[in-house]
Amino acid sequence: MHGNSDNILSAIRVEKGFPGTKALDKVDFHLRRGEVHALLGENGAGKSTLIKCLTGAYRRDGGSILLDGAEVDPRDTFDAQRLGIGTVYQEVNLLPNLTVAENLFLGRQPCRFGMTDTRTMNRKARELLAEYELDLDVTRDLASYSVAIQQVVAIARAVDLSGKVLILDEPTASLDAHEVAMLFRIVRRLKARGLGIIFITHFLEQVYEISDRITVLRNGQLVGTRETAELDRRELIAMMIGRELAAEIQSRHTPADEGRLRYRFRNYGRRGRIDPFDLDVRAGEVVGIAGLLGSGRTETAEVLFGAYRADSGTAEIDGRAVELSSPRAAIRQKFGFCPEDRKTAGIVGDLSVRENIVLALQARRGWTRPISRAEQNRLADHYIRALDIRTADREKPIKLLSGGNQQKAILARWLATEPEFLILDEPTRGIDVGAHAEIVRLIESLREKGMSLIVISSEIEELVAYSTRVVVLRDRAHVAELSGDRITAHEIVEAIAAATQGRAS
Amino acid sequence: MKQKYLPLTATILIFVLSYALCVGQYPNMLSTRVIGNLLTDNAFLGIAAVGMTFVILSGGIDLSVGAVIAFAGVFLAVVLEQGGVHPLVAFAMVLAITTAFGALMGAIIHYLEMPAFIVTLAGMFLARGMAFVLSIDSIPIKHPFYATLKGLYYKLPGGGRITLIGGVMLLVFAFGILVAHRTRFGTNVYALGGGTATAKLMGVPVASTTVGIYALSGLLAGLAGIVFSLYTSAGYSLAAVGVELDAITAVVIGGTLLTGGSGFVAGTLVGILIQGLIQTYITFDGTLSSWWTKILIGLLLFAFILLQKGIIRISRGDRQHV
Repeated sequence: MHGNSDNILSAIRVEKGFPGTKALDKVDFHLRRGEVHALLGENGAGKSTLIKCLTGAYRRDGGSILLDGAEVDPRDTFDAQRLGIGTVYQEVNLLPNLTVAENLFLGRQPCRFGMTDTRTMNRKARELLAEYELDLDVTRDLASYSVAIQQVVAIARAVDLSGKVLILDEPTASLDAHEVAMLFRIVRRLKARGLGIIFITHFLEQVYEISDRITVLRNGQLVGTRETAELDRRELIAMMIGRELAAEIQSRHTPADEGRLRYRFRNYGRRGRIDPFDLDVRAGEVVGIAGLLGSGRTETAEVLFGAYRADSGTAEIDGRAVELSSPRAAIRQKFGFCPEDRKTAGIVGDLSVRENIVLALQARRGWTRPISRAEQNRLADHYIRALDIRTADREKPIKLLSGGNQQKAILARWLATEPEFLILDEPTRGIDVGAHAEIVRLIESLREKGMSLIVISSEIEELVAYSTRVVVLRDRAHVAELSGDRITAHEIVEAIAAATQGRAS
Repeated sequence: MKQKYLPLTATILIFVLSYALCVGQYPNMLSTRVIGNLLTDNAFLGIAAVGMTFVILSGGIDLSVGAVIAFAGVFLAVVLEQGGVHPLVAFAMVLAITTAFGALMGAIIHYLEMPAFIVTLAGMFLARGMAFVLSIDSIPIKHPFYATLKGLYYKLPGGGRITLIGGVMLLVFAFGILVAHRTRFGTNVYALGGGTATAKLMGVPVASTTVGIYALSGLLAGLAGIVFSLYTSAGYSLAAVGVELDAITAVVIGGTLLTGGSGFVAGTLVGILIQGLIQTYITFDGTLSSWWTKILIGLLLFAFILLQKGIIRISRGDRQHV
């Protein structure tokens, strides 16, 4: 018998294959009663596949699953829920158009004479949510509440339905710090009630804050399960990516004035979006843009790219005045822009990896000069190899790729146009440590090839790693510029903080 | 007030206002006769629109309704006049056929993962075609039982009558309201409209609900066909062309979101009454072309689409935090 009676859920030598890949290779996973167990790994490591096997969303090819010591074989997520395994996903899987109470009791509404007993249902819903410190009007539509509240409602439903194991798949991705604290209070309380909780996230701080043990997967295989308290962050990252990211992150700063001055923006801005700013960018330079959310980071990028036409100031390239009136005009000047929200503004989900990669290049050439299929294949294969995009083949619809690989495909799209000035807005958001390191490395290598880059990021450590200069924004204005030795996390935080204080006064 | 009641409130307001305007111009329009006729004249459309409300709430569409009504009418005429069957038996046959027809379309939509639009479009041609196969002529129905049924009414004070078919429509609406808001099936319909994938994850029986929705729409289209045949005392395969579009219009004017998941069966009744009211006004006026009905309804529909867009936009910026 594997495992001991402390384990509420055990996966033993679970296997799952997809055409061309082995997504899970004899993975063991044990969840104890009353613990928070973090499940970590790179994109495509097999976390989601393991979860889907546990919840019956996928049928496993081999291995067994023990719940409370008895072998179970959930046919689908509904079946898993009935057995006691509940799941809450990042995208809240509830119905926004139903009331809170209906969401909690859908499929098991209290009935009298064949009619739903709404009053009893609402009372039960209020009682249930009271255990989660929530006092809501349960007759309102779920959509009228914030994502954090919806998330708690989803947890309340999952726990109420299943009650043994709770799987939280990236529950904090769209929450702010205050909301995360609220969620963690609830998780701790559920843990005290003896639930086993599986927690998936890419925020390592949260892993250390909430979890008791950590299991790391890599390329579909189990790397190991460790006590969180005995595993330091560096070692954890090494387990996750199999190489020392820490070394990668320690970058040397090239002096900022090394390259030739190429791009010169003077008094550039647009009323209502970003105050006029001056910006010089040299060849072979990465200008990092730091600031709080809403400080004008994305607006800066959009004005530079012509997505919103500047209404003041001038732009010069190599001393020659240019008009960046639209993205098309900017692309003609060899500009490229990877927007922040890749789902809505970046990828075209149903098109293949190849089609997504050639999209921008084709747009620049115009539809009358199609890129031959052979050329498209060559380009796609080149970038799939060069950027290590993990896909079974180039014709796979891009929506089937993991977040990090989608991000790399979008980068490839712009690299295919051979830009000289590339703007990246949050290139590492929502992707995990391994893909993260690769994108940081990619930014470095592009810079070394002499490209000029503007990179917007909320991750200050990351900006420190690759920027040759950092511009700090506040209240839709550029307020500070750091270069050379002054680019440290401490200095950037100070600059943002000083700026924020300035705003308060 | 909760936002989801906003479109319904707007519909009711528009109805009350326009009725007041009509009465201002033609005081006779306040009589119970007008109200009774409003119910009788729109009975078949109202019954079909209840089924359409469920379909649209679930995020689907049913284009076969008008053709099914025509088919039911021709079927009844042929069976009664040439087959010598008692009308009650014929009614049961019609309802069984149209319910099965709707269930079949629902099953195709669910199991073959086909868009409702195309499946019910095929259903529309099929039903209309079957009507033509039965007969291309307009067949009058002279069965004495029809006369009996048409003679049944409830007399309102003031001389108005709620006829049998008007009453059936009101009953169907009451039934629809109960099913939509007070049964698990009703909640499941709303759940499908909120998102099929999520509804499935939450354990909604998607297959049986989808089949049930289109079966219900088929059943009510069949009932509308019976009511239409009582109303016209005839069966004609070219009848009721475009009724499905009128039904969709009533549903949308009634405040139901065309994308599904939000709306009320009661709203559809008001939507029907607004359409009927415009028609009645034009009859009273006597000089206006009946096309003005279409123009006004078109404008109204457009206004409602704008209203719904506006509400969706407002509700996005109005979330409550802890």
